[in-house]
Amino acid sequence: MAEIVPLGDAIGELVPDGATVAMEGFTHLIPFAAGHELIRQQKKDLTLARMTPDVIYDQLIGMSCARKLIFSWGGNPGVGSLHRFRDAIEHGYPHPLEIEEHSHAGMAARYAAGASGLPFAVLRGYAGSDLVDHTTVASIRCPFTGEELVALPALNPDVTVIHAQQADRRGNVGMWGITGVQREAVLAARTSIVTVEEVVDELSTRGPSHVVLPAWTVTAIALVPRGSHPSYSMGFSTRDNAFYTEWDGISRDRESFARWMREFVVGTKDHASYLDLIAGSNG
Amino acid sequence: MAEVTAGAGNYTSDEMMTVTAARSLKDGQVCFVGIGLPSEAANLARLSHAPEVVLIYESGTIGTRPEILPLSIGDGELAETAELVVSVPEVFTYWLQAGRIDVGFLSAAQIDQYANLNSTVIGRYEQPTVRLPGAGGAPEIATSAGEVIVMLRQTPRSFVPVVDFVTSVGFGRHGEGRVGRVGAGPSVVITDLGLLRPDPVSHVLTLVATHPGVEVEEVRAQTGWELRIAEAVDVTEPPTSEELTILRDLKERTRRAHAG
Repeated sequence: MAEIVPLGDAIGELVPDGATVAMEGFTHLIPFAAGHELIRQQKKDLTLARMTPDVIYDQLIGMSCARKLIFSWGGNPGVGSLHRFRDAIEHGYPHPLEIEEHSHAGMAARYAAGASGLPFAVLRGYAGSDLVDHTTVASIRCPFTGEELVALPALNPDVTVIHAQQADRRGNVGMWGITGVQREAVLAARTSIVTVEEVVDELSTRGPSHVVLPAWTVTAIALVPRGSHPSYSMGFSTRDNAFYTEWDGISRDRESFARWMREFVVGTKDHASYLDLIAGSNG
Repeated sequence: MAEVTAGAGNYTSDEMMTVTAARSLKDGQVCFVGIGLPSEAANLARLSHAPEVVLIYESGTIGTRPEILPLSIGDGELAETAELVVSVPEVFTYWLQAGRIDVGFLSAAQIDQYANLNSTVIGRYEQPTVRLPGAGGAPEIATSAGEVIVMLRQTPRSFVPVVDFVTSVGFGRHGEGRVGRVGAGPSVVITDLGLLRPDPVSHVLTLVATHPGVEVEEVRAQTGWELRIAEAVDVTEPPTSEELTILRDLKERTRRAHAG
């Protein structure tokens, strides 16, 4: 049953060094505050899973938290490259990063298999792609039709971390808008942490694609308003597009990246202080 | 970017490419859209000749009608204006894999003469010179959509004899054709210089049209392999003033919204 706790405690207790951690959110509801807390607590040797390792994983990779990355698209959406991700793969800086790469369809299917308690997923995918030679897939024949399909191992993270709009006081979680692969990622994981914009008496039933995760499917909940910044939480905040653009310049250079991380993440005690500092720096 | 004077007056080669791509979508088609040039073209089609085109983005937004172009594939604008929003596992299975998509729009960093696309690495996979973002939704769009429209700017760096990595298959490394239960593959490659279509037998991309003011020799020079030229090369219709107005208004609305 979900407990409502401070974010620092949830990360401290549920994410040991070396864990396989999935932080999901498809452009919308990205759990940035939790990612920053992993950096503040200097987590090491993590295997990080995420379909779209955008700025949040660029920060974790650049701060030496990751040993391995499982992903399907690594860019700064609408802007360009992820420079810390590229530096790690192209030059082994700050240290080499092992990668396991899939397509979006493959990653989504792996989470869905994990959530279903199945050992593998099956899909009609990867045909003719060189990905087949560089990742964990196998060919499988349909026992009924004989069609050749692709099998992928289930993905069962030790911890899945997501951000949602609401939790009620009993620990039920509600989210809406683009909800990506979050439900599958939480149900596939051994434990889960959900940061939320607000804690309410009753969950709303508003917005497209409304998803509820009952309290008994979630391990810990932390109240972190604007915990998705610079991503957004529909109904609470808009995407800070200017930040995503600025990140290109900040992260391009190793020194300016390190300076920014020291000032805004390592040097702040929690997400509220981070938001104050960001608001101040925007004048 | 080249400025051209023809038809409705001055326009850029990128505008020519976008307008040509928009025209290739038919009203009522179901289209799986990527961010960037494909998104511009698909929305131009929706706002001009194809009001009933159904746009699906991989974030799970189906039948979306954005007022401004999304900066990312999961912008709130896409969810707020969608007919329905589904999960990411669902969009790739019930909708794409099941064959409900007529047209997939793709771009890439490299393409070869058999329309195989690379968006993974430049150089060797294990030790790349440039690590690109990777596959995203592209491999399954390339195989499961009814047909694929490819859009990219034509240069010897992007039109290469051998792609460094086949992220999304066109007609195979050696032009062997389509394999398995899949869509028809790339039907056209639209660039800033003209149009290429695969030969129905050999699958080799063949220049079938140039944009106004572009010489065949120029296209040949911007292609990294010995470009095959159709017996009769057409010239595409320049953008109409209506198309340019709609496209520029859309981009101006987008610029203002994202600056705010």
